[in-house]
Amino acid sequence: MADLLAQAWAIAAKDLLLEFRSRTAFLSALVFTALVLAIFNFARDPTAVATIDLAPSILWITFSFAGVLALNRAFSLEKENRAIDGLLLSPASRTALYLGKTAANLVFVGAVEAIALPLFALFFNVPLLGVLAPLVLVIALATIGFVTVGTLMSSMAVNTRFGEMMLLVLVLPFLVTPVSAAASMSAKIFAGRPFAEWAPWLKLLTAYDITFFVICTLVFEATVEE
Amino acid sequence: MTAIPAAERSLRRSGAWIAVSLALVAGVYVRALVFTPEEATQGLAQKIFYIHAPSAWVAFLGCGIVGVCSLLYLFLKDPRLDLLAASSAEVGTVFLTTVLVTGPIWGKTIWGAWWTWDARLTLTLFLWFICLGYLVLRTAVDEPGRRARYSAVLGILGALLVPFIHVSVLLFRTLHPKPVVLQTSRPQLPGSMLTTLLVSFAVFTIFFFALLARRYAWARLREARAQGEAEAADASR
Amino acid sequence: MAVPAGADGGAAALEVAGLAKRFGHVRALRGVDFTLRGGDALAVFGPNGAGKTTLLRLVAGLLRPDAGRVRIAGDEVGRGDAAHRRRVGLISHHSLLYDGLTAAENLLFYARLYALADPRAAARRALAGVALEARADDPVGTFSRGMVQRLAIARALLHDPDVLLLDEPFSGLDQRAAATLRALLERLRAERRTMVLVTHNLDEGLELATHVAIQVAGRFASFGAREGDLAGYRARYAEATSRDG
Repeated sequence: MADLLAQAWAIAAKDLLLEFRSRTAFLSALVFTALVLAIFNFARDPTAVATIDLAPSILWITFSFAGVLALNRAFSLEKENRAIDGLLLSPASRTALYLGKTAANLVFVGAVEAIALPLFALFFNVPLLGVLAPLVLVIALATIGFVTVGTLMSSMAVNTRFGEMMLLVLVLPFLVTPVSAAASMSAKIFAGRPFAEWAPWLKLLTAYDITFFVICTLVFEATVEE
Repeated sequence: MTAIPAAERSLRRSGAWIAVSLALVAGVYVRALVFTPEEATQGLAQKIFYIHAPSAWVAFLGCGIVGVCSLLYLFLKDPRLDLLAASSAEVGTVFLTTVLVTGPIWGKTIWGAWWTWDARLTLTLFLWFICLGYLVLRTAVDEPGRRARYSAVLGILGALLVPFIHVSVLLFRTLHPKPVVLQTSRPQLPGSMLTTLLVSFAVFTIFFFALLARRYAWARLREARAQGEAEAADASR
Repeated sequence: MAVPAGADGGAAALEVAGLAKRFGHVRALRGVDFTLRGGDALAVFGPNGAGKTTLLRLVAGLLRPDAGRVRIAGDEVGRGDAAHRRRVGLISHHSLLYDGLTAAENLLFYARLYALADPRAAARRALAGVALEARADDPVGTFSRGMVQRLAIARALLHDPDVLLLDEPFSGLDQRAAATLRALLERLRAERRTMVLVTHNLDEGLELATHVAIQVAGRFASFGAREGDLAGYRARYAEATSRDG
């Protein structure tokens, strides 16, 4: 077990070091997210609908699309020089590979979200400070939900024609639960509703995260072994 | 080389089943349209229910088969399981499309709206997306072993996703009550309508398996022919 | 194919029996058998499509065989599990390195992946072994092809594998780099490591080899200890490949 975590950590650290060196993917993801948020400003009529009503939708459409697009990074960087073979040749278990890649993706997407969230609050005048703790919980759970499935899917998509498109086609149905849960919970949180009102969503999202984390870990091997 | 004649025989047999089941389907619709009374509130439009509900049943059955075959494939690695899963996904998609077409038609006539994000139709819509994703994935991978493995992974994940989408949609609807009260649950069906409905279910199930058998037989035949060609090319080296 | 224990300590260093693999309808490998002892170097020649890379990937544990087995130092190492992978090193014409990381970072990463006792020391030693310590902190993206190949060898040797596999290692190398590589490989042979070298170029592999195989259409058309000269093998190769199609 300790070995597994050590290997996963080595892989995640390597991915993050590579990303830190070039920063291209991170900066692109940030710019994309900021642009989408900004464009949303023009995609609504503030006199017709109160911004606060649209805010959760804007937040979650932006986060989920930026998040999924960022997932491609994880396995496409292993295509250069067939580095994936180096990983598969090593005694590192395939589970460690999946955990490492997922962890790196979580850090990456989390970092983008951490920067985008204050930007969102700024653009749409959403008072976040009072509700930051529950909101961060919701963001964390939803992000775990789509990153675990998305990382698994990206290991397949990278080997198909039109990989980026394929990743979106495969992952989007899996966004229903995380996005509906996160958007509904965010709406309730912004409106200051009591916890009991959004507790059912929290249970659903937690169940979703646990189920898919376990399943993805178990089937990952089938996507890389031949 | 002996696989090809056997595969051709399977194909012919399945053709016979299709003919029989189509006759049964025709029979049940004659019964539905002519011999079954109209429903009081909904009128003639309600007859669509006899296509809509059984299609939904076999569509979900088909997707269940994809899930089970996918899981078995990952353990047994038998390529026939992969062919069966793919065939079931295709046939299932056809019935899912039927549900998604008949649903709005029925909805328009009784509720006045083509699409209302009704819980069951929404679930069907997403299952349709998952099946399409499965079929698209298969076209995007050339090597058969890899295609089978990837499809199996997606099949398992997709099957597991269905209950989550169902609960998500229900939760969404209860917490966002619709202004119009929709009678989507089974109408009270008196005797002969219930019989027609049950017969529909049985007939559609037979039809589904006939289509599945034919599609699978055709896939096996294609494989057997490709195998034969590859062996012939080998032998000449 | 049991080999009696000898004075040099044991069973065959590498034994391959009945190895077969198909991809869909294509039978890439149809049954390959050979046995090598410590210090042997097998050169496998064959045209493109003969299945040489598939053979190497099977021995490396990257692919699971449909039939047959691989034994390293007498232990049946299973079908591509962790124990198997620990005993094998692979050098291919792809470097398997990250251009964005430095030489030292690449080796440190692999040392961690192989769970070596002192990863930093192991990485340093490996760099010294291929005379790249001066460039330890330079990104691999700035290296010449020859240097990349040397670093790839360092990577492959980090975990001290029993068997070293080389897939077209000379491809893309200039004269000088090729000479450096040859010297390195000679040294490895002297260290009693077992090697399997795959190439379509007879000139490159023959000098190093103790055994030679010609692979055509998924099987060995010939296999044996090296005897005779380059001309003789050219003739044999031409004959074996002309029989195919």
